[in-house]
Amino acid sequence: MVRRLIERLRGLRKVAPRLLRPANVNADRAKISIAQLGHQFSNKVVALQDVNLNVRSGEFVCLLGPSGCGKSTLLYALAGHVAPTGGTVSIDGKAIQGPGPDRLLMFQEAALFPWLTVRGNITFALGARGVPRSERRERADTFIQRVRLEGFADSLPHELSGGMKMRASLARALAVDPTVLLMDEPFGALDAQTRVHMQEMLQAIWLRSGKTVVFVTHDVQEALMLGTRVVLMAPRPGRVVEDLEIHLPMPRSLEDPSLDSMARDIRHRLRAVEGSPLEAQRLEPVPPRRTKTPSSLPRPSAVTGR
Amino acid sequence: MLKWVQKLGMIALLFALWEGLTRAGVWNKHLFPGPLEVVETLIAMVGDGRMGGATARSLGRLFRAYLMSVAMGVPLGLLIARLAFFRNAVKPVVMGLQALPSICWLPLALLWFGLNDSAILFVVVMGSVLGISIATEDAVNGLDPQLARVARTLGVRGLRFYFGVLLPGALPGIVTGLKLGWSFAWRALLAGELLFVSGGLGQLLTMGRELMDVSQVMAVMLAIILIGITVDRVLFQTVETRLRRRWGLTST
Repeated sequence: MVRRLIERLRGLRKVAPRLLRPANVNADRAKISIAQLGHQFSNKVVALQDVNLNVRSGEFVCLLGPSGCGKSTLLYALAGHVAPTGGTVSIDGKAIQGPGPDRLLMFQEAALFPWLTVRGNITFALGARGVPRSERRERADTFIQRVRLEGFADSLPHELSGGMKMRASLARALAVDPTVLLMDEPFGALDAQTRVHMQEMLQAIWLRSGKTVVFVTHDVQEALMLGTRVVLMAPRPGRVVEDLEIHLPMPRSLEDPSLDSMARDIRHRLRAVEGSPLEAQRLEPVPPRRTKTPSSLPRPSAVTGR
Repeated sequence: MLKWVQKLGMIALLFALWEGLTRAGVWNKHLFPGPLEVVETLIAMVGDGRMGGATARSLGRLFRAYLMSVAMGVPLGLLIARLAFFRNAVKPVVMGLQALPSICWLPLALLWFGLNDSAILFVVVMGSVLGISIATEDAVNGLDPQLARVARTLGVRGLRFYFGVLLPGALPGIVTGLKLGWSFAWRALLAGELLFVSGGLGQLLTMGRELMDVSQVMAVMLAIILIGITVDRVLFQTVETRLRRRWGLTST
C-alpha cells in the first residue's frame, strides 16, 4: 500500500518536468521587457538584482516567491509607481515612465472609492480614461455583469462582502481596458472558499479577454492554477531564479492531480533556492543584513507613499 | 428611550435645583431669579419681538461671516496640504495666528472698519477661518494612501483628482472642521456683540446688565444655549451622521 503510494508519487514527479518547461522569450518578441533591472531602497536594502524577464502579449505570468523576494517591487516598477535604480523596463519597446493608460495595477485591497457606488466607481474610472459620458454607464453595466454583480450596481462598497468588493474592483480594472493587468496578491485577503471562486472567475475572464497579466502571489497552487508561466523568485537580494512555462490546458481545476505534483516540484525548487544558511551565504557575497527577517523589508507601498 | 428619560430627567433635576435655591432665598431674588421667571421673561421677549429681531440679526451676521470663512478656509487648507510653499511658509503663520483669541482682533477691527457690522464680521471670520483651514489640511493629509495610489493607476489627475478623490475622501474630516469652525464663529460673534452696541443677542445681554434685569440676562443666555444646540445637533449632527454612513465609516 505504502510502496504503491510512493511509486505513484515518483511517477507524478516525473510528470512534472514535462508540464513545467523553462521559458525562453526573445526580447524583440516580448510585450513587456525587463532587462538588468535592479532596485535598491533608500535604506540600502537590495530589493531586486539583475532581473531579466520578457513577457509575450496575452501571457499570464505569475511571480512567485516568499515575502521579501522583490516580486511586489518588480510589479510596482512595471506599474510605474516605483522608479527602479538600475536597468530598464519597457512595454512595446517604450521605456516606462510613471503610470500609464496601457497598464493597471490592482491591489490586495479592493481600493474602491467608498463614497461611490459600484457603478459609480467604474464610471468614474472610465471618465478618467476619457470615455465619453454617454458610453460610461452601458460599459460599466457590461462589466458588472461579467463579474456577476448584477443587482449590486447601486450598492456602496461598505455594503458588499470582501469577495464582492474584489469583483467590483476587477470589473473596474477590466472596464478601463488596459492591455496589461498587474495584480498584487489580489486574492490574498480573501477566505479560502471565496479565493477559489475568484480564481475561477479570473481564469474565465482572462481566457475571454486575452489580456497580458502579471500576477504576484506567494501561493504556489494559485500560481499554477492561473498562470501560463510561473517565475520563481528568491529573496536577499530579490532575484529571478527560474522561469517556467506551465503546459497544462485551460481552464484548469484546482483538483487536477497534476497541479499537485507540479506544486510539489515548485516547492522543492523554491526550497533549494532558499536553501540552508550556508548556501545562502554562497549565493550572496555581502550578507551583513541577513539578520533581518524578510517581513521587515520595506514594502514598495511604504517606499512610494503616494 | 432610556437615554431620553435620563437626558430629560437630568434637565428637570437641574431646574428643580435652581428653583429650590431661589426659593431658599440664599441670594437676593433680583440677582438670582428662578427658572420659571426666566422662562416667563424669555416668552415675553419672544412675544414682543425683541428676541426674534436680535436672533435674526445675530444669525444673519454669523451666516455671512461663516460663509466667508468656509469659502476662504477650505481652499487655504487644501493649498497648505498640497503645495510645499504654503506648507512651509503659510502654515506657520496660520498656526501662529490661531494662538490669538479672535476677540483680540476687535480693537483693530474697530479702528479699521469703524463701529459697524464689518468689524464684527472681521472678528468672526478671524475666529473661524484658521480653525477650518487647519482641519481641512488635516483631513486632506489623512486621505487613505490606498485611494491616492488607485487614483494614480487609474490616471485620475488634475481637477478630477481634486474634486473626485481628494475632496470627497477628506469630506468627513472637513465637515468635522466646519463644525468646529461654526462653534468658534458663534463664540467670536457673541464676544464681539457684547463689547459694542450692535443690536444682536450680545446687545440684549449687555442691556439686561445695564437695566439690572437679571432675568433678561438669564433668558438671553438660555436662548443662546438653545440656538447653539439646535444648530449643532440638527444641522451638523445630521450631515455628519449621513456622511459617515454613506462613506461606510460607521458600522450599521
